[in-house]
Amino acid sequence: MTLKLAALTMIGLSAQPVAFAQKTEADPWSQADEVWGAEQMKPARQQVLRHHGDTTATYFQAERFELQSFDDEEVLLLDGNAWTGGDINKLWFKTELEYLPEEGEFEEAELQALWSRAISPYWDFQAGVRQDFEPESRTHIVAGFQGLAPYLFETDAAAFLSTEGDLTARVEAEYELLLTQRLILQPRIEAGFSAQDIPELETGAGLTGIDAGLRLRYEIRRTFAPYIGIEWQESFSDTAEMIEARGGETGKAAVIFGVRAWY
Amino acid sequence: MFNRRHFLGAALGGGTVLGASGLLPAWARTATDGNLGLPTLTGTNFDLDIGEFPVRIDGRTAMAVGVNGTLPAPLIRFREGDEITLNVKNRLKSETSIHWHGLLVPFYMDGVPGVSFPGIPAGETFQYKFAVPQSGTYWYHSHSGLQEQLGHYGPMIIDPAGADPVSYDREYVLVLSDWSFEHPHRIFDKLKKSAETYSFNNRTLGDFAEDAAQQGLGDALGDRAMWGNMRMSPRDIADVTGATYTYLINGHSTADNWNAVFRPGERVRLRIINASAMSIFNFRIPGLPMSVVASDGLNVRPVETDEFQIGVAETYDVVVRPEAARAFALVAESIDRSGQAVATLGPRPGMRAEAPVMRAVPTLTMKDMGMAHGEHGMSDMDRSDSTMSGMDHSGHDMSGMDHSGHKMNGMAHEGHSMSRKPDPMSGDGAMMAHNHKTGPGVANTAMMPVSRLDEPGTGLEDVGHRVLTYADLRALEPNRDTRPPERELQIHLTSNMHRYMWSFNGVKFSEVTESIRLNEGERVRFNLVNDTMMPHPIHLHGMFFEVENGGGEHRPRKHTVIVKPGEKVAFDVSSEHVGDWAFHCHLLYHMHAGMMNVVSVIPGEAGPHAKPHHEPPENDHDMGHNQTHEGHH
Repeated sequence: MTLKLAALTMIGLSAQPVAFAQKTEADPWSQADEVWGAEQMKPARQQVLRHHGDTTATYFQAERFELQSFDDEEVLLLDGNAWTGGDINKLWFKTELEYLPEEGEFEEAELQALWSRAISPYWDFQAGVRQDFEPESRTHIVAGFQGLAPYLFETDAAAFLSTEGDLTARVEAEYELLLTQRLILQPRIEAGFSAQDIPELETGAGLTGIDAGLRLRYEIRRTFAPYIGIEWQESFSDTAEMIEARGGETGKAAVIFGVRAWY
Repeated sequence: MFNRRHFLGAALGGGTVLGASGLLPAWARTATDGNLGLPTLTGTNFDLDIGEFPVRIDGRTAMAVGVNGTLPAPLIRFREGDEITLNVKNRLKSETSIHWHGLLVPFYMDGVPGVSFPGIPAGETFQYKFAVPQSGTYWYHSHSGLQEQLGHYGPMIIDPAGADPVSYDREYVLVLSDWSFEHPHRIFDKLKKSAETYSFNNRTLGDFAEDAAQQGLGDALGDRAMWGNMRMSPRDIADVTGATYTYLINGHSTADNWNAVFRPGERVRLRIINASAMSIFNFRIPGLPMSVVASDGLNVRPVETDEFQIGVAETYDVVVRPEAARAFALVAESIDRSGQAVATLGPRPGMRAEAPVMRAVPTLTMKDMGMAHGEHGMSDMDRSDSTMSGMDHSGHDMSGMDHSGHKMNGMAHEGHSMSRKPDPMSGDGAMMAHNHKTGPGVANTAMMPVSRLDEPGTGLEDVGHRVLTYADLRALEPNRDTRPPERELQIHLTSNMHRYMWSFNGVKFSEVTESIRLNEGERVRFNLVNDTMMPHPIHLHGMFFEVENGGGEHRPRKHTVIVKPGEKVAFDVSSEHVGDWAFHCHLLYHMHAGMMNVVSVIPGEAGPHAKPHHEPPENDHDMGHNQTHEGHH
């Protein structure tokens, strides 16, 4: 305060920034209390403050709900998000489910529960836990960043440390190219990394795989958009070697039909 | 049992639903010959019932919230200086309120729950009583929840106690508004989840091809790269648009065609009120020049123009003199050109004027980013993760910004670059100091805001006819207070459109712990700096302010002023009305998101009527940085 007052003295009457958020015990204003009574005004004052800026929302999104049709199999994928909270803090859930309709079982199933905090205009820091149900039951702690990178790339980058001590990471980026106001072409790339070999998961150290997709959606409403697309999935380095050793495919492509929706 | 009473009730109910005109006050009904826009409620005693009722808009039925079952609410008309009483009965299940927009009422009659009174609880009646020393065109609306969006707004006319300096043969009130069949809370919810929900004027691949053909591929790519790098869209002009709105004139969509009639040669006074929740309008009557005679209720020296932009909550009175016996279109076009409302001014009732074709969607420029000066280079602006960091790469040609030219190295973000002597024009081209809070809620800071009072507003730069600007306005009466300001305040309009966060100085209303404090009688200059890319109609309750537009002792006195993107606007307040006054952006969802504060005028030693036990305030030149509030409990 002393410093501030000194500064004020020096610059005299020139424009002052208005310090709205000074810490004070007193009510921010209270002149109507004398007219209508403090007991009536206090709750109304709290409400008007809360109502203008401190509201919360709850969001559900099926970012990718799609059937991936490969040469030899079909996969039903749900990549979903849900969050609840305010501008700065949110409780955020992410799920990724890969279901094999022909076999009637899940190939992959995971759920993340994260605390998401806005740390800058375009970035959230997220931390929490991830539980895998398939192919192996496994628990991880998660830390990552999600946001909008320059040039409008939607980005999600997270590191996972499992209870087995394995460190992995995932980076996703999406871009939206407006062909028209409603017809939107979306390139999407996802890369997986591992710090070590995890043989039981057919994962090798280094870059494990890349999924690259191109989806063309039509936003009938902003909240509901069916799409078609193609997806290419490739495994790399040690991961690819492990898959090859088993006689599996290290690269495959799919045609996609899906829906993107949110509420 | 189907008795006669039930039958009548059902018939009346059905009639109400089907006949839109039955819901309208007489003055807003489809005009018949001789309709002079007579008000329905006049006198000194008014009974207003707030409730839910059905409306029919564009052939669709919906429920509105409003006053006395009409959309818009009835015209309330009384005489300057009369002591009036308004009994407001709340028939809703939730709290309501009425704010008398632009009226100089005692602050505890101003109608803002939590600021000036406790609000009107469900089922209760509140009595407003006041006399105001003013005349002209005003309006009233709810200040509770998002009720304004649902229809809770209506016009007011205060007739002058003496002679009216404006002469006219006939008058109409035109209440411009925006209607949505979506619930306002759902609209806000969607904006929080995806701020682009209602944007359907974005630049597409086709636009890119067009630009590349016109400007060359390199320039078109560079332009996309620049906006992409800033993570902004140059088509972010309105965030709730015609995608959900039906635009209305006196409760009528274009299809519902509200009618006004005239006899050729008559002088017709139009009292135009923008009662929208979110829509700034461009108003024009193609083929008919307008003489602007009042702004925000107060008379101005007549200015002839062909079009003007009217911010939410502003009012303009114009006089037109149609000579030709043909139908003229009264056109209220949304600023982003996503829709318009057209009504008819014709020699006979029932005519339909031809609606003009919507003009091209405007595209914002660097000037709207508060970076107007093409001759300046911008380099080494280290503001981490604000959009300006995007400007920090040499080699990119940004819309003619010459990076080899003047460099602005090491910009100081402390201290004050503003001129000590109040003069808004001197700020032009100067780097703006930003001492306010930043963080997730502030995506952009206008580095070089300029005065844009002599500009007509977004999209009206090259329309090929005259457009009113704020620089054109001169108060008819000389300003009563011509003292130079003793003190200046700098208030930044801040946002992160991506997160749909809106605030003053980076602080949402919900985070405010201290109001903006003025001493009674103190002459204070407000410098509003728009750090966002949207125009904001900023409204101060309880006091008119003189907009510093170079008008000397005839500066226009207003209650609401649009601050354009990248603009710095200055106005002076005389702090003559003691009390706590709401101060906010009148775009409803911006206010709801936090772009609001309270201006407290602290009584001087004489003591005001409302505060008999008040103690004299300390002199408070530093905006109350260290002031306590003990004196005001």
